[in-house]
Amino acid sequence: MIDTKDREIIEALQGGLPLVPAPYAQVAETLGLEEDALLFRLAELKSRGVIRRIAAAPNHYKLGMTSNGMTVWDVEDDHITELGTRIGQLPFVTHCYERPRALPDWPYNLFAMVHGKDEVEVEEKRAEIAAILGDACRAKDILYSKRILKKTGLRLKAKG
Amino acid sequence: MKLDATDRAILNRMQDDLPLSTHPYAGIAAELGTSENDLLRRLSRLKEERIITRFGPFFDAAAMGGAFCLCAMAVPAEKFETVLTKVNAHPEVAHNYERTHRLNMWFVLATETPEGIGATADAIERETGIEVLRFPKLQEFFIGFRVAA
Repeated sequence: MIDTKDREIIEALQGGLPLVPAPYAQVAETLGLEEDALLFRLAELKSRGVIRRIAAAPNHYKLGMTSNGMTVWDVEDDHITELGTRIGQLPFVTHCYERPRALPDWPYNLFAMVHGKDEVEVEEKRAEIAAILGDACRAKDILYSKRILKKTGLRLKAKG
Repeated sequence: MKLDATDRAILNRMQDDLPLSTHPYAGIAAELGTSENDLLRRLSRLKEERIITRFGPFFDAAAMGGAFCLCAMAVPAEKFETVLTKVNAHPEVAHNYERTHRLNMWFVLATETPEGIGATADAIERETGIEVLRFPKLQEFFIGFRVAA
């Protein structure tokens, strides 16, 4: 859980970190904190996994990775952990999860996101995944992204 | 916008963690063989041009006691924009993609409590009259999104 001070820090940073020489000092000032105190709190939030990293979110479309396919697979439950781990280690798989099926319409329990410069490249990568899954995979599909409809990341709700 | 070799090196490096130090950009600039001033100027431009959509901490709602959930809806084409406005109006919708499938709207809910997922998904169902399928993660096999620039 997070306390009031952590919450203020998260709210101050959810829009991003300032691009100035001493960004933490600037944020600390707006929060009425010493820079050291803010750095200490941030280190603690990192160690607890609340902050995964402080980094750039690239726009893959603008970087020429215009094709984004969510590949989905119906993998035998007995093999999901072993096979999911192998798929997750492929260098071109950016996210990989086991998720529940939604039967009867949605038989797929393994989701692996694949990016490429075009659909040909994504299909080549998808074929590599299919080869690894082999007979343990009973059905498969791919959902290409057509449009980003929203991308803001986490937003805490204002608390009254 | 044209990216030169330095821009690309910056994009690759800045997808990894920024240190918690007084002058975090200065160290990275030195690593990349440029000045702090040049790094900050280039980063600002990459952000303005939307090549970087965001620079800052990546939060994990689950580690805060909250939750994430991938959700999907089958939205009829003629209703798409109306439904989209209603869905995106929820601050819990962290991102949302249109995809090629009968289930054509896929979004992630990030909420401060586990109960927030169900409450938000139920509210979207009430507002739109369309079922919200919920796909919470059962196991995570990899996370560490990187794009080679």
